Amino acid sequence: MTRHIRGGGPLVAALAAALALTACGAGGRDSSDGEAAVADPGVTDDTVTIGGTFPLTGVAAPGYSEIPTGAKAYFDYVNEQGGIHGRQIEYIVKDDGYNPTTTSTVTNELVLKDEVFATVGSLGTPTQASVADYLNDEGVPQLMVSSGSLQWGDDVENRPLTFGWQPDYESEGKIIGQWVAENMPDAKVGLFLQDDDLGEDAEKGVRQFVDDQIVAVERYTSGNTDVAPQVSGLQAKDADLVLAFNTPSYTALSQLVALKTGYKPQWFYANIGSDPALVGSLLERFSEGAVAGSSAALDGVMTTEYIPGIDSADDPWVELWQQVWDEHGDDGELTNYRIYGMSQAYAFVQALEAAGEDLTRDGLVEAIEEGGTEWEGPQLAPFRYSADSHMGISGMRVVELEGGVGEPLTDVLVTDIGDAEITTDDSGQADDAPPEGGVPTS
Amino acid sequence: MRDRIVSLRRHVLARHLFLALVGLLVVVVVVESVSDYRNTQLASMAYLGIAAGGLTVLTGINGQISLGHGALMAIGAYTSALLLPDRDATVPLTVVVLAAVAVTLVVGAAVGLAAARLHGPYLAGATLALAVAVPGIALYFKETLGGEQGLRVVMPDIPVWVLDAVFFVTGQDLTRSRFTAYVGWLTLIVVFLLLANLSAGRTGRRWRAVRDDEVSAELAGIDLGRARVSAFMVSAAAAGAAGAILAFTVKLAAPSAFTLTLSLTLLAAIVLGGLGSLAGALIGAALLTFLPSVVTDIGRNAGLSDIQAAELAPLVYGLVMVAVILLAPTGIVGSLRSGLQRARSRRRTTSPTTTSKGTAS
Repeated sequence: MTRHIRGGGPLVAALAAALALTACGAGGRDSSDGEAAVADPGVTDDTVTIGGTFPLTGVAAPGYSEIPTGAKAYFDYVNEQGGIHGRQIEYIVKDDGYNPTTTSTVTNELVLKDEVFATVGSLGTPTQASVADYLNDEGVPQLMVSSGSLQWGDDVENRPLTFGWQPDYESEGKIIGQWVAENMPDAKVGLFLQDDDLGEDAEKGVRQFVDDQIVAVERYTSGNTDVAPQVSGLQAKDADLVLAFNTPSYTALSQLVALKTGYKPQWFYANIGSDPALVGSLLERFSEGAVAGSSAALDGVMTTEYIPGIDSADDPWVELWQQVWDEHGDDGELTNYRIYGMSQAYAFVQALEAAGEDLTRDGLVEAIEEGGTEWEGPQLAPFRYSADSHMGISGMRVVELEGGVGEPLTDVLVTDIGDAEITTDDSGQADDAPPEGGVPTS
Repeated sequence: MRDRIVSLRRHVLARHLFLALVGLLVVVVVVESVSDYRNTQLASMAYLGIAAGGLTVLTGINGQISLGHGALMAIGAYTSALLLPDRDATVPLTVVVLAAVAVTLVVGAAVGLAAARLHGPYLAGATLALAVAVPGIALYFKETLGGEQGLRVVMPDIPVWVLDAVFFVTGQDLTRSRFTAYVGWLTLIVVFLLLANLSAGRTGRRWRAVRDDEVSAELAGIDLGRARVSAFMVSAAAAGAAGAILAFTVKLAAPSAFTLTLSLTLLAAIVLGGLGSLAGALIGAALLTFLPSVVTDIGRNAGLSDIQAAELAPLVYGLVMVAVILLAPTGIVGSLRSGLQRARSRRRTTSPTTTSKGTAS
């Protein structure tokens, strides 16, 4: 900045003139806004633009950063076949590094700069919670959030545009809890929980069935990589069955600590933390090669399943995903995370299809609420979408991992939040196959 | 003699007020002419700029280092979040910002009292502890502070008179992001005006004296401790205001926003811009705000995948940092200033100009 005002005279004059000009300005504000029927942002006759935020960098990136690559491959596949109602799907992915503050910034960018029609599949509980109200206020649908927190669908009144996709953690907790109560009634249960919605919702579900079997509850904070106190806490209470609700890194960390301290309970990891391939590679990395990083690292561990994964290569859905990935994927193999992204993309394409030729945000939301429960797709159990609930997939089955393959221990069980009963699914969702051509038709 | 000093001080104040007015005009013109998205970026630049401005006074003028300014921003942001829990909150934004400043000032005084006894690496260590501990407080008091997911900040509706006034002047309706940008930049101008005045006056001379030579400062009758604590408090207050603007912009106060990375980022901003210079703090903040998104866009347009483009930003940021340290060790403003002086002294070699080190401009 200048040290002298010398020569400032003309500048002052210019400023004064500018001020005077603007002050002559605009008069009173017109408060009646004539609202004409304009097309929603992000939609043209031949394109629909959507966006999503994911951790592409940082601690949460391993695994999760593959989800959008899967979704993108499937959208490319659909676009190649002419798109939906003549519209090509343009998919914009932003990195938020799993940091809610960054999520808010990049979501702003998606809404204001890229003018997306909706966000689809954006990942994370704390991250998406930071933008849920903003998106609803701006009228931007927040579809198929990649998280199992209850808040993506249990409060339709306050968040009419927010939809979940994967089964919620409470339902998963209930299904796991009931299975333990029926099959291992004498087990001394320890809970290993991530200290946020994930652990809280799941604990609520589990306690409905095995409250009196629980001998220890240990919580860790995401981001703190030392879980030795928690694991020794479980060991000290002699828990011989550990129900763990945590992200993949913490599966690897807890396994490593247990190996060191010689703690050998039966482990039961929730779906979110149990991808054998990723956990195997994380184990190898964290142990600096001391533990072999194969999928067999989780042998004998129990978990749950709600979409077919790479372990069932002859499932017709997985065959479709393999074909999509071979034709449109980036480098690298098809993984469970890419399948997750594709399955989610499939559901969004179904929604676009159902919303019809005249695509509006309201029309899309309505179409999901009306038809969502009937959609056939890769998910093993049907969606719960309705005008009262925006919760996603309604159930899952319990499996035991062997060589990276999930051996089913139960049929597909479905339930809902609260005290809804757990029943065997009779919709036949698990047995359907993709339509000819791999693109849903209404 | 006394008259001359008074007139000089008046002169300084007049100069700062004039610059503030020019700044205000530039802000109005820029905010009105860019898109809503750019305005949210401008708001981010404002809060980084305010915090960096406070830090540059502390580090550049008083010679204390702080790795804990991110934590001080957290205190400002959480104070704002607690005052703006839902749409019915009736606290005016001005009061929210002042409250954030007041609370942070108190914390800053406590930390400053401890910091005044420490030097160099010990001071860095103590403030580092602050940066690490404060996000943990939010996790511990989960019920009131929201834990990992943080507290939502609900911006109240824009007052009707503001809407009317802005429309009268600009002829455009005021959008929410434009409003936030205005709030951020008005705060920045006020904070910078106060900081510039403080450091140009008696207080600033004391701070500089303490920085340059403790013994001679003490011989001149300056209370070292008091000078250090006051510098830390002023700097903390600026961080508190920055925290409030951050809360308005991001609409969330969550521990993940206030990691050690933020404190280091602020330090990087003032080193890039030039230590002790408010203009430098602003340049550093601009770089930090715009560089990542510009680089990511360039990467994506050049055909990189989303992941590669996302990884490009920290790489370029690091390279810029290295380049500035190597090529312009006094920061961007420092280099510009010495370049300007060299040119000036070459023009009139007969009367060499005196240089004054570390003036806040």
